[in-house]
Amino acid sequence: MSEWSFIAYMGLILLGLIAAIYAVTQFQALQRNLTQKPGGILPPRARPEDQGGLVISVIGLTGLLFIALAAQFRPQDIEQSLSFDVGAALGLILMSLVLGFLFIRKVGPDFAARFHLDRLVRIILIVLSAGAVLTTFAIVLSLLFEAIRFFAEVPVWDFIFGTQWAPQTAIRDDQTGQSGLFGALPVFWGTFLIMAIAMAVAGPVGLMIAIYLSEYANQQTRRIIKPTIEILAGIPTVVYGFFALLTVGPSIRATMAVLGFDVPTQSAISAGLVMGIMIIPLVSSLSDDVINAVPQSLRDGSMALGATKSETMRRVVFAHALPGIAGSFLLAVSRAIGETMIVVMAAGRAANLTINPLESVTTVTVQIVTLLTGDQAFDSAKTLAAFALGFVLFLVTLNLNLIALTVVRRYQEQAG
Amino acid sequence: MNERTPRRIDSPKVQARLRRRHRAERRFRLYGRVSVIFAIIALAWLLISVGASGLSAFTSYSVQLNLTVETQTDIGRVNAGEEGPTSRSDIIQQSVLNALRQSIPHIDERDDRDRALGLISMQEVHFQLNEKMDQSDERESFSTTLTVPLSDIADQTLKGHINRQSPEAQRPISNEQLVWLDRLRAEGLIERRFNARLLTRPDSRDPERAGIASALIGSVMILMLAAVIALPIGIGSAIYLEEFAPESGLGQRVTGGLEIMINNLAAIPSIVFGLLGLAVFINFMGLARSIPLVGGLVLALRMFPVLIIAARAALQAVPSTIVDGALALGATRSQAVFGQKVPIAAPGILTGAILALAQALGETAPLLMIGMVAFVTTVPTELTDPATALPVQIFIWSDSAERAWLEKTSAAIILLLMFLLLMNGLAIALRARLQKRLL
Repeated sequence: MSEWSFIAYMGLILLGLIAAIYAVTQFQALQRNLTQKPGGILPPRARPEDQGGLVISVIGLTGLLFIALAAQFRPQDIEQSLSFDVGAALGLILMSLVLGFLFIRKVGPDFAARFHLDRLVRIILIVLSAGAVLTTFAIVLSLLFEAIRFFAEVPVWDFIFGTQWAPQTAIRDDQTGQSGLFGALPVFWGTFLIMAIAMAVAGPVGLMIAIYLSEYANQQTRRIIKPTIEILAGIPTVVYGFFALLTVGPSIRATMAVLGFDVPTQSAISAGLVMGIMIIPLVSSLSDDVINAVPQSLRDGSMALGATKSETMRRVVFAHALPGIAGSFLLAVSRAIGETMIVVMAAGRAANLTINPLESVTTVTVQIVTLLTGDQAFDSAKTLAAFALGFVLFLVTLNLNLIALTVVRRYQEQAG
Repeated sequence: MNERTPRRIDSPKVQARLRRRHRAERRFRLYGRVSVIFAIIALAWLLISVGASGLSAFTSYSVQLNLTVETQTDIGRVNAGEEGPTSRSDIIQQSVLNALRQSIPHIDERDDRDRALGLISMQEVHFQLNEKMDQSDERESFSTTLTVPLSDIADQTLKGHINRQSPEAQRPISNEQLVWLDRLRAEGLIERRFNARLLTRPDSRDPERAGIASALIGSVMILMLAAVIALPIGIGSAIYLEEFAPESGLGQRVTGGLEIMINNLAAIPSIVFGLLGLAVFINFMGLARSIPLVGGLVLALRMFPVLIIAARAALQAVPSTIVDGALALGATRSQAVFGQKVPIAAPGILTGAILALAQALGETAPLLMIGMVAFVTTVPTELTDPATALPVQIFIWSDSAERAWLEKTSAAIILLLMFLLLMNGLAIALRARLQKRLL
């Protein structure tokens, strides 16, 4: 029996115990209510459900803890594990029955179970909420720890401003630096270039869609077009990557061949273009919210002075909504920087420091994937470099999100 | 002292400017239309190009082979200098060649034999015959009829994906093979049928035998584990933050910080969660790479900020008077929340949960980080078996250059999109029901 089936069986036993104890507790509570307060009015705190609920909450929690501990100490050996399993099951049953017995003695009209239950529920919920904090700290700590180890080997300055990125080379001792070259500038540049191309597509298109849908389209059109465009947001990024590789890259290559340029299938422009398409719904739906939040009176005032709809839009609504729109653009930028699959599949891996969008470039996320998807020692400079890149990515996107979310929220509050 | 005479509205200057402004208005409106059309065309282009290249993978050409298998490996005969099969794979090759000779004579040269066998998925013949030979009970010989898929080059040729007119050196299939293929087809031995292997088989080196079974099971395991972990935590924290969190003093500041943290976590690139998984679960806790257990844990972390935001939105949509009413009747806060508010918000929370799961189903990058790119030829049965996931399988297949893999990749994408459509449809149906009930 594997560890997981052990946990499953123990869980079933616990479930059975809980059901039985709940029934007995409720029955006992009901009976004591009737015998101790015959004919009297019961206080609401004596509801049998609450008394049962408290019992099973306590027993369920201790039982889960017991199972987790038992699974941890379970021996690997088959014969030993069999006797261990039987012992653990008996222990679980015994523990639950003892707890249940202690509780059942107390139930009755004078036992205010629901206040205890309320406190217990609060504690459980607080513990669950701590999960978010834990994740954030785990991310920060794990990235920071590995990044510090990397920067002990490679100076920060060389990492940020070095123009040579070649972590894969340097197998022999006499090559440039045994640890490879970790100048990340070409990587950062590639990320920026692709992000810029994506934003050049998604920014205007997304914004115009938002304006069209909120100011021009009638209810009917809006109801059809808005969900259709949001389909774009639901398509997994690996599908976009394949689309870039299968269709967009070759199309650009063929078009450019007609014009006399030789373009590789994997180029910054094909990755950027497809990423732009992916980000359109993000820009359009956020900008749509922001534009809708602009008070109608501003529009009415502008129209009353004789402005056309587009003049109202450009000079009044847009000016008013600018911070919010900027916030939605920043969120889109953060998304573009962190996007992985499209660039891994469609942007190539060569670390070129070029402004030509028709060449292939590499990005932070591509390098993280390339460095970590082989079999290598975990603490080699190569692996640590991936964590350093990840740390930079985390810091940049975190700050972008912070600014964007603050701006968008403040704006929404002010408008609302 | 600039005395301006009021311009008349019908003066040519004013009229011209008005026309210009109206033209600008029409242009602006056109930009909007063009943008909408651009987005819709991009979506249609994506769906059509993937769909068109993937639909043909749902069927495949198979050939019917009437085999007479000599089960006796006679090493004595070989030693005596006679021709004869020596090993099981030789027996199988020999019997397949004999079956093919019924339609294609003159395949005697070594090159010809290899080419003829190259039309058929020999791995599949081995796979199907091995079982029968184990059962054959050492009889002298037995006859059987197998239906095996054609090899990828033959299959692609019949589907018209390989240009027959191009020079022989530029296509993977030779002239003789084309002639033989047509002859087999003319005799009615080849037929096109639904390709069930695509759904029931794990990955393989041969495109005609590869399927998404291990990826599909892997994805289901990962999603189930992620749901079991993330749903209680996500919904629990949402309820706490929305209903129980202190609304003043130090506690309020802590909750405010928590809120910002969660909103930020939802917008952190998913690859960072993969790095976290690699550092914590694999490096620090020592779990194996490429197993659904780690995948589920990582995606649970990825999911729950999204889940918290969705669940809070659902809770906020319920009028606060419902809780107030319950409190006024003497219920404790948790009774009011869990007995009254949560049941009303439940469909909304469930919708958010399904959407978060759909998003997790498409996640690829974090799974790459924890090594789920392995070549897995078995279907996983436990959370600690090596497995892969549907989007990762798509990524792996998209790396192969052959035409047959392209078709497979697109087919896997079609299946992935169908699952997503199903989940989103469910979410939309739930939301529609909820709205109807509230009205």
